Parts: sequence; structure tokens; C-alpha cells
Amino acid sequence: MPAHDVLILGACLAGQRAALAAADAGATVAILSKVHPVRSHSVAAAGGINAAINPADDWRSHAFDTVKGSDFLGDQDAIEVMCAEAPDEVLHLEHIGVTFHRNETGQMDLRAFGGASMKRTAYVADITGQAILHVLYEQLMKYHERVDRYEEWFTTSLLQDEEGNCTGCIARDIRTGQLEVFTAKNVILATGGAGQCFKPTTNGLICTGDGISMAYRIGAPLMDMEMIQYHPTTLVENGFLITEGARGEGAHLLNADGERFMEKYAPNKMELASRDVVSRAEQTEINEGRGVGPGGVGIYLDITVVPKKRTLEALREIVNIGKDFAGVDITKEPILIRPGQHYIMGGVKTDVNGATPIPGLYAAGEVACVSVHGGNRLGANSLLDTLIFGRRAGEHAAQRAAGISMPEATPLSRVREESAWIDSIIDRPKDGRRVSEIKDDLGTEMNRNVAVFREQDGLTHALETVRRLKEEAKTAYIDDRGTVFNQDVLGAIELGFMLDCAECTVMAALERKESRGAQYRTDFPERNDDEWLKHIDVSRNGDDTPHLSYSPVTITQWQPEERKY
Amino acid sequence: MAETGKPPESYTLRIRRFDPESGAAPYWAEHTIELEPHRSVLEGILQAKGRFDGSIGIRCSCKAAICGSCGVRINGQPGLACHTHIGRAKETSRDGVIEIEPMGNMPVIKDLIVDMDAVHWKKVQRVTPWLINKEPIPEREYLVDRESMVDVTQTMACIQCGACVSDCLSMEVDPLFIGPAALAKAYRFVGDPRDAQQYERLQDLAEDPHGIYDCTHCFKCIEACPKGVAPMNQIMRLRRRAGSDHHISDRNNGERHEAAFVTLVKDHGLLWEAELLPRSHGGNSWFGKFAPKAGLELADSLPVITKAMLRRKVTPMGALKPHKIPSADLKQVQDIYDTVHGRDERLELNLYITGYDEDEAGAQEPAAVAASGGGDGGQTAAEGGQPGMTPEDSPTR
Repeated sequence: MPAHDVLILGACLAGQRAALAAADAGATVAILSKVHPVRSHSVAAAGGINAAINPADDWRSHAFDTVKGSDFLGDQDAIEVMCAEAPDEVLHLEHIGVTFHRNETGQMDLRAFGGASMKRTAYVADITGQAILHVLYEQLMKYHERVDRYEEWFTTSLLQDEEGNCTGCIARDIRTGQLEVFTAKNVILATGGAGQCFKPTTNGLICTGDGISMAYRIGAPLMDMEMIQYHPTTLVENGFLITEGARGEGAHLLNADGERFMEKYAPNKMELASRDVVSRAEQTEINEGRGVGPGGVGIYLDITVVPKKRTLEALREIVNIGKDFAGVDITKEPILIRPGQHYIMGGVKTDVNGATPIPGLYAAGEVACVSVHGGNRLGANSLLDTLIFGRRAGEHAAQRAAGISMPEATPLSRVREESAWIDSIIDRPKDGRRVSEIKDDLGTEMNRNVAVFREQDGLTHALETVRRLKEEAKTAYIDDRGTVFNQDVLGAIELGFMLDCAECTVMAALERKESRGAQYRTDFPERNDDEWLKHIDVSRNGDDTPHLSYSPVTITQWQPEERKY
Repeated sequence: MAETGKPPESYTLRIRRFDPESGAAPYWAEHTIELEPHRSVLEGILQAKGRFDGSIGIRCSCKAAICGSCGVRINGQPGLACHTHIGRAKETSRDGVIEIEPMGNMPVIKDLIVDMDAVHWKKVQRVTPWLINKEPIPEREYLVDRESMVDVTQTMACIQCGACVSDCLSMEVDPLFIGPAALAKAYRFVGDPRDAQQYERLQDLAEDPHGIYDCTHCFKCIEACPKGVAPMNQIMRLRRRAGSDHHISDRNNGERHEAAFVTLVKDHGLLWEAELLPRSHGGNSWFGKFAPKAGLELADSLPVITKAMLRRKVTPMGALKPHKIPSADLKQVQDIYDTVHGRDERLELNLYITGYDEDEAGAQEPAAVAASGGGDGGQTAAEGGQPGMTPEDSPTR
């Protein structure tokens, strides 16, 4: 039975960074992931990573942009930590081998990004997340004697002792179907977001909110769950992400009249306003009949204004995406995009060390809510968030481990219980619905009613739907009866995770009766600082319903002001 | 906007199934699904899995050719299921049914899922896949040449999907061959100016009998790669660095073999096969043939040579004398050598360095040959996603 000082669930950027940091701090470490680490969804982050590394820049400017981007819902103490530590973290990445793009003098080049007051996004072409993820995995391979890797292991539950400490997890070896108890002094969740609750989404199929739900189920509070980011540029054809880097390099957004409509919504920053602003502007244009393409459901992204050589060098991925999936040569003609679900700002509530209110349980990355993103995350701040708080969680957990003893082994009866639960899913009779149908219904409903524009009736409908689906999920059946790579049964468990996340999201969105960041209520179109400058926390009641409460926003130096781009 | 608004069509998938728990042999299962033609084969598989049979095993996540999970063979060709248009897959099928199998060269675990740890990742671990820093580590970033970072970024673009490993012919013959993906990974460090052990890495890979000289230039990996990493090109770069730059004379005769190859073609316009073997042992001169090891290998090869003679593929005179080509043709061949060797710097095109100028006129020119001095000259810009290629030419189609 494996036992470690620090057990990391999920091998995304946050998880891998946490593993390396904890190992460096002398802890025994295991990292466990339901996919091979380089398949983690961090790989899809394209545009870059923000850090005030230019001597003319100042981390405070970065911090202010982030606060403003969050629509003043971000906790400023956490934002200060993230932005102040950003330059060192990015330099560390450079030192371990990330192939950051250089300028003519050999220094790291920086590109413009949305909501930023100056160029401060370091990048590797448009595969920045991939490059960093693979370089961290190189380091994990280097640390192969110090970090135990459990690749393709699926965590089904977190373990908790009688005092409420988190003491490890139960996980299933996907290759053999074997259940195993992992005992740990500390568990760090790095399991990513819950984008699969929406359809379409830019998120991978693995982004099913596992960690959020598992933490919620053992009593950890969630925060800012109503804040769902719609990325302004996703391909109409299939929802693929077109990096914000395209607009960073100068691309324009055009409506049916060929007009750069951002002038009306954000005259100063134009296409580089923050994502919630741009997505809302696009959706407004589409809703008011100025969309383009079949059915007028899209907006043109015109990359032809970027010099071709630069496009080929710095936006290679989207050249290929355009060519392969839309039949468009983006160096010659505009491409059809629209807003699409991309990121969840909310997650498991943590402090600046990634610690949740449950002793021994940490969270970092998209699964967590520190909250540095508040109502809206700035582009290229997510990679930074994962790395800074991944490292801090790893270091802090290692320190904590040094002072406590290994928890007692979980009784085998607990494993038998878990095993019986999984078997009961496999054995369900085929008189319910298919898991895939319920998942489709969930995604469609969320994308219809919990999207860029929201209002009471739609949200109420969404809540009813989610609750109905939750009931249906209890009898949803699967086909696979095997143990080796039974992805079907894992899909059923993931569906449960997703439904938890969706329910909390809808509840919080119903609760927040104002418009802030990504939450835009057409029935409450104004930001209301008097009543709503606070986080909504969601905890699980004994009877499996979300319970809402509030927590204050930490303000250090920047008082809320009107937000204009 | 060529792709939007097309109605769904019906496609039949023939999926290779294998259930390790059943004790039964692999079999084919067919499912018919409906999808717009610009959707991917992966979406087809997922529809079959969602609607008809949830037990179909395939790794997948991002659906956007970036996570590298869904490497499979489609109609016999390796690639990513998510990166292959279902409409085009139907066009390239034998009988209108899209055939999907697990990748090759790796053991199958279940259905379309192969054991990448046992093959691919083991080989990656073999090439010391982490940066060994040049000391001292600077306080800020390493100051390095802009082009060099863009150069290694091509190999960073590798998503470790295994498509190149799947169809590597050398690996089929020699399962110990380090292989295209891991060697491309090796170039990522050898080409990285921040790495302190480029020479040691090259020596290691040149001396390994399953290393850089084990590749046979079949181009399969370049064709298979969905990301334009062109693994074979990276292997050739490793060879150029090992041979031409560092003159690492390896025990596999790799460096001498290449030098002999290049010289023979330069001198005669065509390869003089009989001279290649001795020179590969004895060095690039006429006297090379007296190297004792050359004699041994010649003796070893006698049965093959005899067979070839009996079949009149070679004649004794033909072997002893070089091939002759018209002098104008020979001049043309030698002009290529002069052009390539006459360059001040080695010109290495890359996924990101396309040789295109800002102006449109320049952009109409096809990419120049990315040949090199001292190498085997077999490297052309056959990279995936090469600008100027129409989507139909894209290698994974």
C-alpha cells in the first residue's frame, strides 16, 4: 500500500510543478494521473505566460491589470503573491529548458495579450502550455527516483480520518481495474477544471471536475463557481480554441458589416479588452443580427493583417487548425469564430499556499480558487496560476509533512465499499439512460442557459435540468463489463463529478444578482459593489444539496472602480 | 468558409477490437454513424462509443491534435484520429468503410489502446531527456540566438503521440532502435545552446548500434507526424552535428558510410555500390577497401552478392567500375554540391522557419531545399503542414 508525504492527484502543470517542488523540499512524493502526464489539458494552453520580466514593467502593474480583469472580485493578497513571484518562476522555467521565443538580442520576447497594460506575455510560438508541460515532464523523468509516478490511475474518492484530515485517496489502476489505497500526509488536487459540463467547450474530454467534486464531497467549500469564462475566439466548426495570441499579434474582429465593432465596446483596448468584455461584445453583435457565416452565428477573426512570416512563426498551430478543420488559409482570409466555454474561474477554495480548509488537502490550478481570477481570468494568467500555486502548494505540503506522522492505513472495508460501488455501476440493468446521453443533455443545457448572457428563468430551468439529470445518472447504464481499460465505468463516475460541479455553478449564478466579470445577468445588468462585492461559497449539505454562504473579497491597494477598456 | 453548414453524412467505421480478458482473438466491429464531413474520425469513434458500444477502448482528450492521445492507424496509415477528416478518410478507404486499428510496433492493451510505456516512453527515457545546464546558470534568462530557440521549438512541437513509432520500419527490424520520436527529443537538447553536454549526447547516440545510424531514411515518420516535427530530419541533423561538426567516427561506421556515400555520388553522379562497403570501414579513400573489417564484411556478404549476380542484378565488371552518366548530368549533380557547400552557413528550414519573406511574391516560391553541407543531402522540405501545401496534401489526411 503506497504511502507518501505528498500525494498529487493530476499531472497537469500545477501537479507536476507541485511534485517537483515537494521533492526539492525533501518530501516523499507520488503523482497520480488518470491520463499520461503530457496528455493533461495544460497542454492546450497556447498563448503564453504573464510575468513582469521586462525591466520597464512592474509586477504591481501586472497585479492591477489582474485585479481589474477580475472585475475586482479577485483577492488582492493572492494576486500580489502571484504577480510578484511571476518573474522568478518564468526564469526558472527558462533555466530548466523551456524554449521561450527570443528577440534579436537573445532575451525572452514578450507579446501583447488581452487586458494587459503592456507586453508581458512570454511564449513559445503558440504551444506555450505544451512546451512547459513537456519540459516539466522532462524534469519528472529526471526525478524518476524521487517522484513515484502513477500514470493512468483514476481517483475515485478522497479519504478522510475521523478528525477530518485528508489522508489519501482510493484510485483504480485503469490498466488492470485494481483498486488501491494511497495513504498520504497531504493530498494536492491538480485535477483541472470542469469544462466538459458544457458543450461545446475548448476543454478536453478529461476536464470533468473530478477534484472539485471529490473535495466538495468530503466537505471542502467551493468558491466563485458561477464564474465561467467564454473565450472570444473558438472555431465555429467544432469549438476549437484560436489563441488570444492571434489578437495579441494584431488580428481584428469584424462583424457582418465588415466593421471592427470592438470600437463600440472597448475603444481603448479594442480586440485586446478582457475576455468577458470581448465575448459579450461578440455575442451582442451576433444576437443583434450582425453575425457572419451560415445562420449568422459567428464573427470574423481577421489574421491577414498580421505579417505572413510572423503568423507562420508565431501562430503555427492556428494556421494548421484553420487549414485542417475549417478549410481556411488564415494568412489569406478571415476565419469564423464565436465565444465558447473555456475556463472556470471558480473551484476549491484555498489560501495563498493552496491549502483548503480541510487539513491535509491542497488544491492548485484550475481545480482551485485562490481567488486570483475573480470574475474573469486574463489570458496567459492561467499558466502562471498553475505554476505559482502548484509550487507553493508543493512546498507548503512538504513542510507540513515534516511535522506530522503518516496517517494510519485506511481499513480494507473502505476499499471493499468503493469496489462494491463501482461494481454496482457496471452491473446496472439497461433500463435507464445511456451515460453519453445525459452528458450531452447537460452540456447543451449549460451552454444554453449558463453562458455569456444569463437570466433568472434560464438559470432556473438549468437548475431543474441538472437536478433531473442527477437523478437519471443514478440509473444510467454502461456497456463495458471488463476491468482492463474500462473507460465506460470511469465515464459514469465522471458524469457524477460533472453534475456536482454544474449544480454548484448554476446555484451560484442564480444567487449572484448582479453582473460582474463573466457573470452577466440580463435581469441585473449592473455591477453592484454594495451588495455583491463578495465571494459566493458553496458547500455540501448532508443531504447532497449545495449550501451557499459568502466570504469577503480581500482588498489591499486597489479600491473597486468603474471598469473600462 | 468552405466547411461550415454541410449536412451530416453517413459513415461506416470498421474498428479493430481486442479484449484481453476474453481469451478471444482480435476481431473487427462495424458501426455506422452520422457526422458532417469536416468532423474528425475521433468524433466518429466517440459517436459509435456513445450510441452503440461504450466498451470501445481509445485514449483521447483534447480532440484538437495537441494532447497526443488518440494515435491510431486509419486505413493503414498512422495518425491522430482527431486530426483526420472523416470525409477524407472515407475517400482514402479501400471499400468505403473507414478502417481503424491500433498503432504498430507497440503491444496492444485493448482495442485501439497500445502500451506506449513499454516502447515509446522507455526509448524517450533512454536519451537523457532533460536539459543539462551550461554553468553558470545566469541570473536572468540565458542569452541565446533567436533562431536557435525557434529551431528546437520544432521538436518541442512533438506531442508524443507515437504515430512515427507506429510505422518506423527500422524499429520493425530492430526493436531496440531508439526510434524517431526519442531521437527527435534528443535533438531538442543537442540543438539547445543551453545544454552543456551536446558532444557527449552525440557520441552516445552515434556509438549506440541502435542509435542515429540505425535509421534507413524511409520517410515514414515524416509522413506520419501530425505536427510537422519531421523526426527523420531531426535524426539527420543529429548525424550532421555528430559527423560534420564533431567528426565523431563511430564504431557503427555511420560517419564513414555517409562520407563515402556523399563522395561517391559527387564523383560519379550515381552511387558506386561496390565501393561503398569498403569505404564505410576504411574511410573515404580508394585505399579504404584494404581495411581488414571490410574484408570480413565482404566475406559475410558473399552469399548475397552471389545471388545478385545469378539474378543478373550485378555483373563483376559493373561492380568494379563506377556507373557512368552523361557529363552534363554529372555537372548538374556537382553544381548541387557546389551550391550547398558554397553557403556560408548551413541552411536549416524548419516548421517555424519557412524561408518565406514578408512579401507575397516571395511567398509564392516553393520552400528551398533544406540540404546541408556534409550530410547525405537527402533532406528536403517534406515537412508536414508545409506552407503552400493544400489541406489535401497534409500528411495525415
